[in-house]
Amino acid sequence: MRPATSTVESLTLQIDGKDISCRSGETILQVARDNNIDIPTLCFLEGLTVWGGCRLCMVEIAGSPKLHAACATTCAEGMVVSTASPRLKEYRKMIVEMLFAERNHVCAVCVSNGHCELQNMAVKLEIDHVRFPYRFPHLEVDNSHDAMRLDQNRCILCVRCVRVCGEIEGAHTKDVKGRGVLAAIIHDLDQPWGESETCTACGKCVNVCPTGALTHRGTAVGEMTKKAQFLPYLTLMREAKS
Amino acid sequence: MKPEELISMMEKARADSSAFEHEIRVCTESGCMSLQSDTLLKALGDEVKTRGMTDKICVKGVGCMGLCCNGPLVQADTAMYQFAKPEHASAIVQGLSTQPVAELLCNTQQPFFTRQKLVVRENSGHVDPESLVDCIAHGAYQALLKALTTMTPHQVIQEISDSGLRGRGGAGFPTGLKWATVSKAGGSDKYVICNGDEGDPGAFMDRSVMEGDPHRVLEGMAIAAYAVGAENGVIYVRAEYPLAVKRLTKAINLARRHELIGHNIFGTKFSFNVELRLGAGAFVCGEETALIASVEGKRGVPRPRPPYPANSGLFGCPTLINNVETYANVAPIINKGAAWFAQIGTEKSKGTKIFALTGTVKNCGLIEVAMGMPLREIIYDIAGGVPNGKAFKAVQTGGPSGGCIPAELLDITVDYESLAKAGSIMGSGGMIVMDETSNMVDVARFFMEFCMTESCGKCVPCRVGTYEMHQLLNRICEKRGTPEDLQLLKDLCGMVKQTSLCGLGQSAPNPVLSTLRYFEHEYLDLVNQTQAAHADQSPAATGEHIELEVLP
Repeated sequence: MRPATSTVESLTLQIDGKDISCRSGETILQVARDNNIDIPTLCFLEGLTVWGGCRLCMVEIAGSPKLHAACATTCAEGMVVSTASPRLKEYRKMIVEMLFAERNHVCAVCVSNGHCELQNMAVKLEIDHVRFPYRFPHLEVDNSHDAMRLDQNRCILCVRCVRVCGEIEGAHTKDVKGRGVLAAIIHDLDQPWGESETCTACGKCVNVCPTGALTHRGTAVGEMTKKAQFLPYLTLMREAKS
Repeated sequence: MKPEELISMMEKARADSSAFEHEIRVCTESGCMSLQSDTLLKALGDEVKTRGMTDKICVKGVGCMGLCCNGPLVQADTAMYQFAKPEHASAIVQGLSTQPVAELLCNTQQPFFTRQKLVVRENSGHVDPESLVDCIAHGAYQALLKALTTMTPHQVIQEISDSGLRGRGGAGFPTGLKWATVSKAGGSDKYVICNGDEGDPGAFMDRSVMEGDPHRVLEGMAIAAYAVGAENGVIYVRAEYPLAVKRLTKAINLARRHELIGHNIFGTKFSFNVELRLGAGAFVCGEETALIASVEGKRGVPRPRPPYPANSGLFGCPTLINNVETYANVAPIINKGAAWFAQIGTEKSKGTKIFALTGTVKNCGLIEVAMGMPLREIIYDIAGGVPNGKAFKAVQTGGPSGGCIPAELLDITVDYESLAKAGSIMGSGGMIVMDETSNMVDVARFFMEFCMTESCGKCVPCRVGTYEMHQLLNRICEKRGTPEDLQLLKDLCGMVKQTSLCGLGQSAPNPVLSTLRYFEHEYLDLVNQTQAAHADQSPAATGEHIELEVLP
């Protein structure tokens, strides 16, 4: 006897004119990426809970007056999704421009220059200038931890670090303080990172950070220190052996 | 408490109160309390005591009587007094047996009082919110008794659906449909939540309901819990309402002590428990998913929906969230029937709505009117029009999510559809009237500043968009704005409205959009003044320069 049918059904939908089949419960973003349709995202990271904060993955669904976040919307039978209309492209550009205007993103002196998701996104969306006035906020760099560093100037508040810290490492050292543009990543009860008693120094946050906001120490300009002291010691030891 | 006990308690309380020859009621809500109505209440009590008339005159503190701008208000038998002060206590008590104090009399025949239709506020100003006995004397918990003993949960939901009640928190979602969805959701644990996080500037309707008749809110919640199959309830009140918190706490304790909430209410199988949670001052926690996160002890930020709270809400359980005023409508519907409720109001908006009248009008305060009343009637008859010979310019409804309605649209009626058509919303019921001296760009800037500081910072369009829009509005207000700035502002409005995560961001551009729709000339005037001021100066001399940024 065959077992009872599983609760997972297969659905068909259309994304950007392409007929696609998927399983019920899958999000539009998952299905689109499985089918080589690119929907830009910044806060989404596979393996973490859906956040829905960057709003870059907004798509149009036929019959709905609203836009929907592809990362948080599950597919439905017969759905007709459009991921790259001129309006969506324009909105995405504006959102990324706003991120550049919000804090101090100076690519030329950034450790992530050339492999930064924000920078790549700007290139992908063909952004050549920022139409909004820059905020130029005065922000701190938390340099108190032995192994890692948080530069608030480069943070886009995607909270991947907060999620990975709580959900994967289970430490929940990181969280967010403040509201609106004053919101910022903190450690424990807004203490210097180096004084945190909960941080396990696992480094997961650094690896999921899309920009240069979280870095390993020793990677910034001028941080390369040479240790030539080994040589006399080595020579001494070799001489003693012979 | 057994059903018979409730009836006998009601009858005894009614007999006790009719034993008094006179009754003096003093408003003890936040508005009048700020004018020392508590001292006045004490002075009246002392006065009655010194005259040795405590068995003849009943003095009690009650909820709001509406005309807050003339407070403290006192009702002494048939006479209503305004601007009453502690030193008037003797005259007021004396007036009971002789002539009322002429210089304090408030005309209760003016349209402010006669044009109202009281459903939610029927007991406000009559019952002592801190006395369960007094509330029961005025019929509290009768609807709960009726629902629990004579109706099935399905019948309760049917009654609410038939009444046509819609959510009073702003969006106007049909309440019966919401209840039905939660009742059908699976899972044994369910919650009902009362949203008392009223945060719109100029709105204080829910505060008044919670301060003036807290048992009505509890009763509505208990009926809702019975209907949807929940055993636990949470009242979420903003901590900025200490008096509402105090009264609700007392009401919950009293109801619990008399077993009106708790296990096996009225001897039935239905159990219901309520706890109070205080907000920490974030406007966004009025949004249901943010509110739930806050109750769970997390940072109060919204999350994408679906899943809707009806399926996965508090602690992942199906959750019913309604506004204070919505719950306060439940008891009268159960008592008097859906048909009675449905004949009040318009075809699509049933019942009454409380509005908080503020701004430049003669009568500021709280009113409750039948849906479908023309705005003109509210502003000119009930509110008494604009004082000091100034001309009416616009009325702002719906708080920071709403819009400004100009004079030429005053004949529209107040119901969900008409207000939405005019580019505003019903919202929770704030009504701010502005006269000709108000600059509408400045009004838009005020609301944008509110949204900017209250944005939680989770999604980029709301976090940075409200900031950038506020900057642009600043430039325009300060006559530094250019036509390009105005265009950018319009573009931002569309983008923030379409892409924001929750209602706060989605509606943040509304004050700008509605003022642009009806008062665009004021924006253009300011922009043109910039142009004129700079026409005879070189760009360098004006200090204006364009910054060009080059991305790598």
